[in-house]
Amino acid sequence: MQGKLASFFRSEKKWLRRAPLPRTYSDFLGRKLFVFLLTAQGISAFALITLAVIIRKFNVAPAVIRPMMRREIARAGVRLLPMYLFVAIVLGFLAIGETVAAAARLGAFDYIGTVMVTVVVRELGPLLSAVLALARVGAANVIELGTARALGNVEALEAAGIDPIHYLVVPKVIGMTLGVFSLTIYLILTALASGYLFVFLQNVPLTPGVYCAEIASSLGWQDFVLLALKSCTFGFFVGIVSCYHGLAQPLRLDDVSRVTVRATTECIFVCVLIDALFFFLYFRA
Amino acid sequence: MKETPEQTKKPIEMQGVSVAAVHEPDFVVLKDVNWTVGTGDFWVVGAPQHSGKSDFLMTAAGLVPLVAGSYKFYGNPTRIFDESRLADRLRMGFVFDHSQLFHYLTVAENVALPLSYHQNLGENDAMAAIDELLTVTQLKPVAEVRPPDLAQSWHKRAGLARALVLRPDILLADNPLGALDARHSFWWRSFLEELSSGHAWLREKPVTIVVTTDDFRPWRGDRPKFALLKDHTFVPLGSWKQVQSSDEPLVKELLAAPMEAGQLT
Repeated sequence: MQGKLASFFRSEKKWLRRAPLPRTYSDFLGRKLFVFLLTAQGISAFALITLAVIIRKFNVAPAVIRPMMRREIARAGVRLLPMYLFVAIVLGFLAIGETVAAAARLGAFDYIGTVMVTVVVRELGPLLSAVLALARVGAANVIELGTARALGNVEALEAAGIDPIHYLVVPKVIGMTLGVFSLTIYLILTALASGYLFVFLQNVPLTPGVYCAEIASSLGWQDFVLLALKSCTFGFFVGIVSCYHGLAQPLRLDDVSRVTVRATTECIFVCVLIDALFFFLYFRA
Repeated sequence: MKETPEQTKKPIEMQGVSVAAVHEPDFVVLKDVNWTVGTGDFWVVGAPQHSGKSDFLMTAAGLVPLVAGSYKFYGNPTRIFDESRLADRLRMGFVFDHSQLFHYLTVAENVALPLSYHQNLGENDAMAAIDELLTVTQLKPVAEVRPPDLAQSWHKRAGLARALVLRPDILLADNPLGALDARHSFWWRSFLEELSSGHAWLREKPVTIVVTTDDFRPWRGDRPKFALLKDHTFVPLGSWKQVQSSDEPLVKELLAAPMEAGQLT
């Protein structure tokens, strides 16, 4: 592929990865830093190009692209719902239920809402949703696109005048973004409900009204805005990083497993970085 | 009938072109290619395996940028077909050596993909539009089969149908007879000859054809012009008669003619 995607591969400098081990630890760290910066540059450029394609080609071939988007939303959203509900119930029982029960034993009812909002709504919900979507769909995206790349499907698209980013990446990124956003909401709501169920089974003297009021009083409008932004950003970048590794560099079939592991690791790393960024936003808000 | 200015433009004009390897852009596989393809020409470019046939054809298809030289496609200077050259890109159909079909799409969906994308057709409309093409390429019985469940010979034919679905003016086929059985090989040669002289699917418009091969013998006939890739150069050979009478050892190799000891290249 010699189009816009090819430049990423060249910029990432294969030699940097395959060079012999450096002699000092500082050289080793320096090399890691270079690789990190080059990867960050490649992912950022890929993200910007994908955004540009989403905007510029919004009305190009909708009869082909929109059904693919719907399929991806089902794949990264609707089909994952049972698993998310199961995880949310377990999370509610283990984390929320026990926290609320412990707070009740200490008579610290006033802090329940703050703890729930901080732990579940701001942190655990979005991050867990992104990691689960990465495990179930993101890794599959890398394998799917990596195989397509290795089999020459990208060149076939270019030969047919079809933009590979528009056809292969855009539906997956949009599906992942909307999927992670929706599933985060379901996960949080289910976890909070199952947490109360655990509290109820433990005979803790906490009425549903008080439980809901505590949580509601701790929520501000910023939480809703930042939750939506955070979950969408997680979904977008899980989609981008997985597509970047599957598509943006020439691959052979035996490279696919290696890039899948790399993409998964980088997705988690990117999510943690975004989480840290949002922590500062919350702190300022 | 008087020719329009568009008709007088040559589909492909290369002057001093250097071709890079597709997967290794720094490695030059061909240098100083001077080649002109006229409208309605049928070119057969021969070379042994790993001599740069695919790189050469992909450069001609605008999928790989030139390293040096000048390339004009219907008179327009071209380095690579980017998005601004979509109209030019769609005048050319490309058949890959390994077909490069999407394994999760059926044969019919693979064939219909360029048409549905560029004409914004829904699934039913696209299937109706390719019905005739599937008939002429005899792909109808396997239309609903996915490529992994299909013999390799049919993959190539599906690749050909996909390349033809937008009714191109020029068709580039990378080693189309490679790994085909005798029946499929015969069908391909007959079909390409029909395309070259004007097929009903293309409204009788003659298609300019360039194929690569590692065996000249199946392409014997009056219509094709032959060329050879040898020692990183492009060598035009001429007609079938000139190929037959050539003393070039590599040509004899591609004709699988008996050679004296030490002549193998």
